[in-house]
Amino acid sequence: MLTRNRLLTAASALVALSFVAPAMAQEPIKLGEINSYKVFAAFLDPYKKGMELAVEETNAAGGVLGRKIEVVSRDDNGNPADAVRAAEELLSREKVAFLIGTFPSNVGLAVADFAKQKKTLFIAGEPLTDKIVWDQGNAYTFRLRPSTYMQTAMLVPEAAKLHKKRWAIVYPNYEYGQSATAAFKKLLKEKQPDVEFVAEQATPLGKIDAGAVVQALADAKPDAIFSSLFGPDLAKFVRAGSERGVFKNVAVFDLLGGEPEYLDPLKDEAPVGWYVTGYPWQDLKTPEHTKFFNAYKAKFHDYPRLGSIVGYSTVMSAVAAIKKAGSLDQDKLVAAMANLQVSTPFGPVTFRAIDHQSTMGAFVGRIGVQDGKGIMTDWRFIDGKDALPSDTDVKKMRPAN
Amino acid sequence: MSPSVLEVDGLHKAFGGVQAVKDVSFALSAGELLAMIGPNGAGKSTCFNMLNGQLVPDSGVVRLDGRDIVGLSPRAIWRLGVGRTFQITATFASLSVRENVQMALYSHAGQLGRMLARFGTAKKEEADSLLAQVGMLDQAERSCGVLAYGDLKRVELAMALANSPRLLLMDEPTAGMAPRERVALMELTARLARAQKIAILFTEHDMDVVFGQADHVIVLDRGRLIAGGRPEDVRNNADVRAVYLGSMH
Amino acid sequence: MTFPSFFIQLLNGLTDASSLFLVSAGLSLIFGVTRIVNFAHGSLYMLGLYVAYSLIQALGRSPFGFWTGVILAALVVGVVGVVIEVLVLRRIYRAPELFQLLATFAIVLVVKDAALYLWGSEDLVGPRAPGLAMAVDILGKRMPAYDLLLIAIGPVMLGLLWLLLQRTRWGALVRAATQDREMVGALGVDQAKLFTSVFFVGAMLAGLGGALQIPREPANLDLDLSVIADAFVVTVVGGLGSLPGALLAAILIGVAKAMCIGVGTVRLPGFEVDFSRLVLVVEFVIMGVVLVLRPYGLLGKPPAVARAAASVPPPLRSPRWQTALVWIALLLAAPLVSDDYFAALLIDIACFALFAVSLHFIMGPAGMISFGHAAYFGLGAYAGAVLLKRAGLPMEAAFLLAPFVAAAFALLYGWFCVRLSGVYLAMLTLAFAQITWSIVFQWDSLTSGSNGMIGIWPAAWLSGKTAYYYLAIVCCGLGIAFLWRVLFSPFGYTLRAGRDSPLRAEVIGINVRGFQWMAFVLAGAMAGVAGTVFAFSKGSISPSATSISQSTDGLVMVLLGGVETLTGPVVGAGLFTWLRDVLARETDYWRAVFGLIILAIVVLFPQGLVGGLKALFGRWQERNA
Repeated sequence: MLTRNRLLTAASALVALSFVAPAMAQEPIKLGEINSYKVFAAFLDPYKKGMELAVEETNAAGGVLGRKIEVVSRDDNGNPADAVRAAEELLSREKVAFLIGTFPSNVGLAVADFAKQKKTLFIAGEPLTDKIVWDQGNAYTFRLRPSTYMQTAMLVPEAAKLHKKRWAIVYPNYEYGQSATAAFKKLLKEKQPDVEFVAEQATPLGKIDAGAVVQALADAKPDAIFSSLFGPDLAKFVRAGSERGVFKNVAVFDLLGGEPEYLDPLKDEAPVGWYVTGYPWQDLKTPEHTKFFNAYKAKFHDYPRLGSIVGYSTVMSAVAAIKKAGSLDQDKLVAAMANLQVSTPFGPVTFRAIDHQSTMGAFVGRIGVQDGKGIMTDWRFIDGKDALPSDTDVKKMRPAN
Repeated sequence: MSPSVLEVDGLHKAFGGVQAVKDVSFALSAGELLAMIGPNGAGKSTCFNMLNGQLVPDSGVVRLDGRDIVGLSPRAIWRLGVGRTFQITATFASLSVRENVQMALYSHAGQLGRMLARFGTAKKEEADSLLAQVGMLDQAERSCGVLAYGDLKRVELAMALANSPRLLLMDEPTAGMAPRERVALMELTARLARAQKIAILFTEHDMDVVFGQADHVIVLDRGRLIAGGRPEDVRNNADVRAVYLGSMH
Repeated sequence: MTFPSFFIQLLNGLTDASSLFLVSAGLSLIFGVTRIVNFAHGSLYMLGLYVAYSLIQALGRSPFGFWTGVILAALVVGVVGVVIEVLVLRRIYRAPELFQLLATFAIVLVVKDAALYLWGSEDLVGPRAPGLAMAVDILGKRMPAYDLLLIAIGPVMLGLLWLLLQRTRWGALVRAATQDREMVGALGVDQAKLFTSVFFVGAMLAGLGGALQIPREPANLDLDLSVIADAFVVTVVGGLGSLPGALLAAILIGVAKAMCIGVGTVRLPGFEVDFSRLVLVVEFVIMGVVLVLRPYGLLGKPPAVARAAASVPPPLRSPRWQTALVWIALLLAAPLVSDDYFAALLIDIACFALFAVSLHFIMGPAGMISFGHAAYFGLGAYAGAVLLKRAGLPMEAAFLLAPFVAAAFALLYGWFCVRLSGVYLAMLTLAFAQITWSIVFQWDSLTSGSNGMIGIWPAAWLSGKTAYYYLAIVCCGLGIAFLWRVLFSPFGYTLRAGRDSPLRAEVIGINVRGFQWMAFVLAGAMAGVAGTVFAFSKGSISPSATSISQSTDGLVMVLLGGVETLTGPVVGAGLFTWLRDVLARETDYWRAVFGLIILAIVVLFPQGLVGGLKALFGRWQERNA
């Protein structure tokens, strides 16, 4: 009798254990990540590596809420509609905790709106559009990277210092280039009311007719040029302009020209003296960055690009949010994101409660050439919080919600 | 004599510098079979194409039941009751024989624009009776893309008849048929013409058919009408013999 | 613009024209002889740049290294062309018209991933041309010497090609085949050899065009698609098969672009026009105008009177109602057993199925190929969004009205398009689609420009995934059923009749153009329904919905399933959407895998999937009978 009872107890315990056991070896927390890996491969390859490093470091440190984390990535083919379908899949199939990622503005905005509809947190890593936090901002969407406006605002003081009167502008003909141009004109006019914009060229993305554009800008006899070109367009512009001697005695600003993704392909032809924002990875010796740099180099045998920083910091922001919320409840997560402090290789950043923009900054400097490679010289770090409009202005732009 | 269905007066057509048709005039009344003959390149097909609107003559008048039809499109001329068969057949290859005839029937009835009716069910009997007339009923289900040449000619005839035509223009209607078939088909055509008062203009290389069936014959040579009249008169015309019938047996 | 500026911009235009001409000449040759719409021509151009980059890297930056590299790169790309022709295209010459486009689409995907694998994702900036890196002073302005050389290369290559075509037996054959493809077969010429050699020359020209750009353009992975549209436009504007026409068109387009840039912003009292913003659409505007005025391009000739079609499309068979019932039951039951994602995927498939069926409606039975069908999909989507967000209509009203906007545009565009035929018609639809795209892309106040519009969600009672799923299935299902029904009505038969024999149709009283026009409108309206349903299911819409790639996706779906079958487009849409979704999830190199799967289908089932399966089934039945 006794034996039989014991046996029963033992059996029940075993059965009970078999239910409990999976709960103890908990499943990892999944982060749903969407990006245009194939369309913007040059930026997103390093980005993916940055994410992998962040996941590895987080899990080595014991994960978060006692669980490991895992990033589930989807390629959206650069298409907002595909991104929304992928988001749907990540939420309903993969049961991810929330969404992160995206690259082009239109994809970022579409996923942001989807997140709002689904009442799910979305941390947009890379999209630059100002609208994602301002005009079309919503309660569930936060953005890490400094926006078009912020990066432009970082360059404007340098531009104003030069007191150049005649400015020519060239920009890729879509949202990013248009916003950069609008912001630049507005901000520079405020600082230097006598400024004149003598020529404007909108070039189709990826298809700049560099010779003709350079000639048209030169014909306007500008003292300075503001460009928001990047990638192949930038390389073609640089070469056409230097061949035709257009940049002689003209100050040139290029919004993203210092980012290794766009600077490195230029090699020894990197246009010396241009004012840019970017990422001087060779010379940045802050403890946060050195630690990140060494870990990255050890893991991938390559140096990080700006994409690596964004990928790494996006995942770290997600982890910090989960830690602070102490749960995967969406409302708690969103609440935790407000004023969330995250440590990134660029130093600590805060996700502002007022507009959900992080205060991640950028480096402003000039392009130089060293050992046949483009580098940034005379650079300094500008904190993102110093490049944002006043709270009153932000409130005016952002819909109440 | 009954009034003319078709009157052609002073028809001219040049391509570049070449006069393809020069001052051709003739008339045709209901129930009459008129054969247009002439060597290759005499201008017969050009003439036909001007009669049904595919070509616009440089000058001249074409009257159908007294109405000038020069400048009208082929489809307008069809609506006035003109049917046409081609030297090189033109049918709808992906449709069946019956469906080809049904197309013509729907067009005649002005019902092509119907979007929700089923095509196959209506006008089936009518189509089948026309196919029976031309001897193609047993092949009604076959696709026109796989038919023999002579059979395609019959389908074209059935399609032309679907228009209840006043006038039939038949360009070499019996090409590709065995000699006995040719005569049979033209006898059938002649019967229909008389019974339904259809005027028929046809070209033909087979002189047995021409002289056996036609009420009248006109002869074209290098674009010019050189003779016309009853078959036996034309056969005995010296000019015709000289330029054309030398090869006749 | 001062005269010196004008002159320099003219030279800039001519420089671009030269490169455009080289690519287009190859495309024109290949199309002329083989009638293949070679979508992969841009990929060959891109390979030209990459291969030249690597070769010059290896051979050194001396003049010898540079020019040897350029010429070798052209030859290598020529050989790649031969490989493509022999391995893939040769197997499908007998397939229905345009089917080869599917194969070349797959090749684009494979080449892109192969380039990514071999050369990595970073842009590769090539060396300057040794000895020609300096600039020359012209009217006080500086013009790179290499650009001047390029200006000369275009006409020189035209001269060489002209000699090759006029003075050699090979050239005579190519000219004969361009005039009349069947005749060459009748002359007892080895057609396979001729096609292979034409592919070699055509691909080589594309490769040369790319390699010569090395000093002016970084090798990057977006070149393939950015070049292919330009090349097609030049070929068609010039007139298919006319090389002088291609040069003329290239000059027209190159110079027009340079002038738009040169003129820049023009201020008139009251408003200003920024001509530089026109650059992204000017070539399509030119193409539209040229095709409306000259239906066979600038120097093209009307095709010789078509003989009896080489292959007669088989008659359409309507689906069995039992099969249809099973599918309807399955689709209605789906939400009971699946999650939101599956519903979302099915909604996408339903939208694309209707989109593909509407494209098939004009492509198959009506015989009008469209390269710009996305215009109506996108217009439906945008009309829904604009009516909801800008006009403030309730969602239900916006949803119902939007397809009429698409239909209205189809009415306008179609009026011009049905006056053309064949590839010219296809390219005019593309011109209208691109003009639509560029307006949607740049009209910020109405369409939010490149960002697209967000917040386009269904009304509350429809916002659940299941509710919207049923709405989507019903709308798209009814749309498909309607179009299929029409195909078996007198109207649908009339379309097929007009395709089979326009001559016969005309002489039995059919206004072929009128029917084609109405078919165009119906198809546009149904594509609009698909677009509207799509937009409200995503909550957002962006200009990519009207883009070339959306149009191409539609074509691929139709061809994949089989253009000569009724259900093919639906199967194609389902397979395409599902495969891409699954592959993108499972592998990094999903494009290459996707491309290889399509190639396998192309080679195994040259009538498309449904056509091929039907043929297989037929054979199986025969054997067991």
